[in-house]
Amino acid sequence: MRELFEYIGQMAEDFVRITGEIFLMLYQSIMWMFIPPFKLRNIFKQMEFVGVKSMFVVLLTGSFTGMVLALQSYNALKRFGAESLVGPTVALSMARELGPVLTGLMVTGRAGSAMATELGTMRVTEQIDALYTMAVNPIKYLVVPRILAGILMLPVLTVIADFIGVAGGYFIGVHVLNINPGVYIGRTVDFVKMEDIFDGITKSFFFGLILSLVACYQGFYTKGGAEGVGRAATNSVVMSSVLILIADYFLTSMMFK
Amino acid sequence: MIKINELKKSFNNKKVLDGINLDVEQGKITVIIGRSGEGKSVLIKHIIGLLKPDEGNIMLDGEELTAMDEKELNNIRKRFGMLFQGAALFDSMTVAENVGFPLREHTDKHEDEIMDIVRDKLKRVGLVGVEDMMPADLSGGMKKRVGLARAIAMDPEIVLFDEPTTGLDPIMSDSIAHLMLETQKDLKTTYIAITHDIALTYKIADKVAMLHEGRIIETGTVDEIKATINPVLRQFIEGRAEGPIKVY
Repeated sequence: MRELFEYIGQMAEDFVRITGEIFLMLYQSIMWMFIPPFKLRNIFKQMEFVGVKSMFVVLLTGSFTGMVLALQSYNALKRFGAESLVGPTVALSMARELGPVLTGLMVTGRAGSAMATELGTMRVTEQIDALYTMAVNPIKYLVVPRILAGILMLPVLTVIADFIGVAGGYFIGVHVLNINPGVYIGRTVDFVKMEDIFDGITKSFFFGLILSLVACYQGFYTKGGAEGVGRAATNSVVMSSVLILIADYFLTSMMFK
Repeated sequence: MIKINELKKSFNNKKVLDGINLDVEQGKITVIIGRSGEGKSVLIKHIIGLLKPDEGNIMLDGEELTAMDEKELNNIRKRFGMLFQGAALFDSMTVAENVGFPLREHTDKHEDEIMDIVRDKLKRVGLVGVEDMMPADLSGGMKKRVGLARAIAMDPEIVLFDEPTTGLDPIMSDSIAHLMLETQKDLKTTYIAITHDIALTYKIADKVAMLHEGRIIETGTVDEIKATINPVLRQFIEGRAEGPIKVY
């Protein structure tokens, strides 16, 4: 019984500590973001890493999600003769929900884990300590460029995922399910408003912040050699994914008010 | 001149440093010896402000280093260089970028000038033509040399060495010892090294301090240390498993 309470107590303590440390890192990062000199080279390098190098996986997941959405919604809508609504169903699902969430999760798996591994390795091989001893702040040098890359590139990747998803839905809807192309496009344009797309982009901004901040946090505070680096990568993916889904719920509920 | 006074540090209720007192003389090589896990690295990390003590202080030229905030520490750190145990080279950068890193961060020097300094420092540590190599392609000894070149890139007043010969063969260890002596003599820099390598200690030390159970138990010149009657120190320098220090 005592062990149970100790376990719960330890969990609560860890939760408070980790939350505190993450917000402290966010606070320091925001401070350093506005203090020159700006490490433009580092920022562009990270933007390339997060953005350009995630393009392929985002294109792949976006297109297949759009295609499967078309099949599924056609199957459901056919039952009450509303096949013409396949287009808006695909577009709204992609723009409001699946575009940002899937992009967030895919980039977490690809770039977030890599960030945690890289910073974790730098921690255990004392490269982060070396930055301190050379009077270079590692939050500014390592964390700020990664967070900026996350919040700048996720919206871009989300727009790409939305677009390719809609294109995939169109391809299946028009060429496989034989929906009239004019009807498909016309209905989509009728139903989807700019607000829907902007809501999705707003979400992706927060997802980009979550995945880069969590990855940097896990990497930065890595302990215990190679095993610790592996643990940091795993923890960063699990924690980011869960937080993205939780944040998605709260952001959606606020946007529908 | 660095003065360490009654420095204490515990981790999770385990006392690591238990009242360290040590004077480090300017322009000399001070070597702190002791067994692995005795807190040598913890001590050296206090000297450059990576760790804060629980009690006690470190004075650098009359200023209290241990009471400084990050900004003041960063000004002080520009007077320091440090060679880490695994060299801690940035593995995303070439050798030249590593050695030039502090110069690019803290000086307005032109790129050509930086490259001249980089080549000069690399030459001092016996490396020529390695500028464009990546740290992953270097041997352990070469990494340490590049690490030393980076540590002296800004012509620091004080250089700290964390286990400079660990993991190197005896010949490479000797060559690192010679490099330390040469670079120190040229620039009259203050060197502080922590090590358990007795051969290295005898070769380079102006002053030796033995760290045991969180305290400095003896200091002296190499000759004084060799002639010590302290049984703990005797056991350590003779490298015996039997004696007052218990092996677990």
